[in-house]
Amino acid sequence: MITAGIDVGSKTIKVVILKDGRVTGRGMKAAGLEQAESATVCLRQAAAEAGIKESDIEQIVSTGAGRKAVSQANSQITEVGADAVGTVHVLPEARTVIDVGAEEGRGIKVSAEGKVVDFAVNEKCAAGAGSFAESMSRALEMTLEEFGQISLKSTRSIPMNAQCTVFAESEVVSLLHAETSKEDISRAVHDAIASRVASMVRRVGIEQKVALIGGVAYNPGFVNSLSRSLETEFVIPDDREYIGALGAALVAVERSKGNK
Amino acid sequence: MKANYGYTDGSGDYYITIETEGCLKCTEHDCVDACPQDVFAIIEDDYDDLVAAVVEEHRRSLAYVCSECKPASDPPPLPCVEACPQNAISHSW
Ligand code: SF4
Ligand code: SF4
Repeated sequence: MITAGIDVGSKTIKVVILKDGRVTGRGMKAAGLEQAESATVCLRQAAAEAGIKESDIEQIVSTGAGRKAVSQANSQITEVGADAVGTVHVLPEARTVIDVGAEEGRGIKVSAEGKVVDFAVNEKCAAGAGSFAESMSRALEMTLEEFGQISLKSTRSIPMNAQCTVFAESEVVSLLHAETSKEDISRAVHDAIASRVASMVRRVGIEQKVALIGGVAYNPGFVNSLSRSLETEFVIPDDREYIGALGAALVAVERSKGNK
Repeated sequence: MKANYGYTDGSGDYYITIETEGCLKCTEHDCVDACPQDVFAIIEDDYDDLVAAVVEEHRRSLAYVCSECKPASDPPPLPCVEACPQNAISHSW
């Protein structure tokens, strides 16, 4: 059986194709303004990688904030539901899932079966998501990779007082004028993001093991800050940004069986 | 399932929590009509259960939307909390 999961995030679209339970194709593309079109291109890309025609796909499930834009999808699932299924599939021992994307963070408590037990989503605060680190790295004229790395070399913690990204940027400029090192500024930014994410995750509670997924899990500065803030280590799967799409593709398998 | 809808920002945590196990036993769904701001809707969740949820348009502005029900002095019981026969609704602030 061939199924696909399409995760339409605020910034990127990810597609996973499963053939008999195995990932055979993937695609990723910037969401842009035309989500439906980008999803179509991304699906085509994944189908080409899998060596199949789109018409070979039996069932497609979409997820993510823009999931309703995908006309090819047979059904939808929330990001929370898809993350839970995808994470427990690759990390069966995970009971807490933290997903931090460009614009949003999610904390999810999951059962051994991949069912959501408890969840919280930070719907509003960009300062609790990946785009904040990106805009701050731009303010420091660094790539996001450099910005994440130098945070690990910081020798002191500086609390950031700004409540939102707009004020934070001017606070970063003031810190630079005060000759604060870029390393310490980077850590201050990552600590600020981590503290928002941690406060959301504490709503659902921490149960071991804790999986960290989403594109922001590639940022070592953020991972370090969140680990300190929650006083826990994480298990971070390979291809962490595809977990939502994988979950949707797995749900497509179940729904396809249910239709037979 | 315990569903937390809302946000954390610089001024605090603003979450409405719905214990959706309660919704499975509820036939009247009184939370929907009790709320003067139409914060709640009944949805089919990922597991095909009909449960209450906070509507998307209000998830980013709960502190503001609920402010009339929460005067600073002598706050009365919240209409949503009072209306729910399963004690399924709670607020974090
Ligand atoms: S009244 Fe309470 S139990 Fe009934 S649907 Fe609303 S939140 Fe759920
Ligand atoms: S506090 Fe008032 S406005 Fe807010 S959800 Fe409850 S009934 Fe609605």
